[in-house]
Amino acid sequence: MDWHRIRTDFPILDQQVNGHPLVYLDNAASSQKPRAVIETLSHYYERDNSNVHRALHELSNRATESFEAARKKAAQFIGAASEDEIIFTRGTTEGINLVANTWGTQNVRAGDVILVTGMEHHSNLIPWQMLAQRTGATLKYIPVLDDGTLDSAAIETLLTEQVKLFAFVHISNSLGTINPAKELIAKAKALGAVTLLDGAQSAGHMPIDVRVLGCDFFVFSGHKMCGPTGIGVLYGRMALLEAMPPWHGGGEMILSVTMEGSTYKAPPQRFEAGTPDIAGVIGLGAAIDYLQAIGLENIQRHGHELANYAMQRMSEVPGIRILGPQNGHRGALAAFHLDFAHPHDLVEFANSHGVAMRGGHHCTQPLMKRFKVPGTTRASFYFYNTLEEINRLVEVLLLARKFFT
Amino acid sequence: MLSDDLRDLYQQVILDHSRNPRNSGELPQPCLHAHGDNPSCGDEIDVWVKVSDNGHIDDLKFTGQGCAISQASASMMTQKIKGKSKEEAAAVREDFRRVVMGDGTPANEDALGELILLEGVQKFPQRVKCAMLAWRALEQALEGK
Repeated sequence: MDWHRIRTDFPILDQQVNGHPLVYLDNAASSQKPRAVIETLSHYYERDNSNVHRALHELSNRATESFEAARKKAAQFIGAASEDEIIFTRGTTEGINLVANTWGTQNVRAGDVILVTGMEHHSNLIPWQMLAQRTGATLKYIPVLDDGTLDSAAIETLLTEQVKLFAFVHISNSLGTINPAKELIAKAKALGAVTLLDGAQSAGHMPIDVRVLGCDFFVFSGHKMCGPTGIGVLYGRMALLEAMPPWHGGGEMILSVTMEGSTYKAPPQRFEAGTPDIAGVIGLGAAIDYLQAIGLENIQRHGHELANYAMQRMSEVPGIRILGPQNGHRGALAAFHLDFAHPHDLVEFANSHGVAMRGGHHCTQPLMKRFKVPGTTRASFYFYNTLEEINRLVEVLLLARKFFT
Repeated sequence: MLSDDLRDLYQQVILDHSRNPRNSGELPQPCLHAHGDNPSCGDEIDVWVKVSDNGHIDDLKFTGQGCAISQASASMMTQKIKGKSKEEAAAVREDFRRVVMGDGTPANEDALGELILLEGVQKFPQRVKCAMLAWRALEQALEGK
């Protein structure tokens, strides 16, 4: 693969920040967008913009066609059996809240256990805390070991028939841990639990096949995988979606409405009240096309290369402690703690050298407590990042060491 | 090559205060106490203040964790405020706020002393809350706000 040529698909990367070439290493928070996606959005607004589904005019026909084509692309992207299993949301967070407020409210009772892990992003934690409070269910956590992996012995005792739902992160945004999703889901299913996999950091970074993984729900965001912000996908197995009540009420999701009551459409429309983010959906479709043209296997392999190179080079910085698995099996990110500078000071310093990183708790406060750090600095990569940029990162970290000590 | 803004933000005096905070620790009871935190970044400061019957701040100490700016500001605050009356402390706090936020001119710039070195924060709006953290805690301890 000619990764340097692929990098030129991203106009934003070609700029100076604070007098230095931009080195964008905040991809786990949000990725950049290739020209193909930006042009798709412009084309939609310049040529096809109108509301979907109901109107009978030409523009609406075009918008509806592109909108529903994106649903097919999303289904194919994650290996769903049908595009009707694809619900468009604002992002991963909304997808999880939808499940908590529909399937969760309908099925979770006092005494049930909701099982998560100690490395969840707040988005896969707070909705379950709220559900547990509402229903009287108990929220339990699988502990995280020092090496950033899940405690497999604890899984054996925590995963019981009382577990109604097992929701966990595919790739940790704070540790880079890649959880053995397929095995964990199989274990949970054997005990009758429903499973939700948080794919915010895995979608767009590796091939996803929900039927091979076996999960009941899979959630991801478009903006972390070259798509626009404000759009995401909730995949749900049709048998579950069909039995779920609606969440938001409004237009688009009804069959018939009377003053006494209403009947609702089948999934996915049942869960898509109101005018959707049409441009976002179409942009997401373009992002999927773009990623698939490169190939998810290629992106995954390159991500591993970048992560391994970063681990190797960054360990040269005295006083660094990189969280998460130390071997090569990790997502394309490295979150670290330096004994000489607080994450925010370090991020500020790096920014003044054109390097964009994130410092703080990364929306995983319980995990920061677990590793006894106030926060970390995170360098997160995507396929357009280069080994030269990782060299630059290390150079800047060494400069920071000189500056702060 | 460092930008002037960054050098202004992290002057040697500021880095020295953050590495070797003055008046670090707790005061014995009875004393006034307040906890301040910035939930978005996780910075935390606890301030302990001993106020005499005539309203003078006889002693104050702090503990905390966070970035260089929040810790240096706390350290410099304790040095500046010790021995002042509550009213004087409030005046310094307001002048300091104006300086770091770039919000008007301080009424008595000379009284700020070393604290003026934190005016580089002006150029970094996201760091204002770091510089103000200890001062908000102090206000809370003194005024019960």
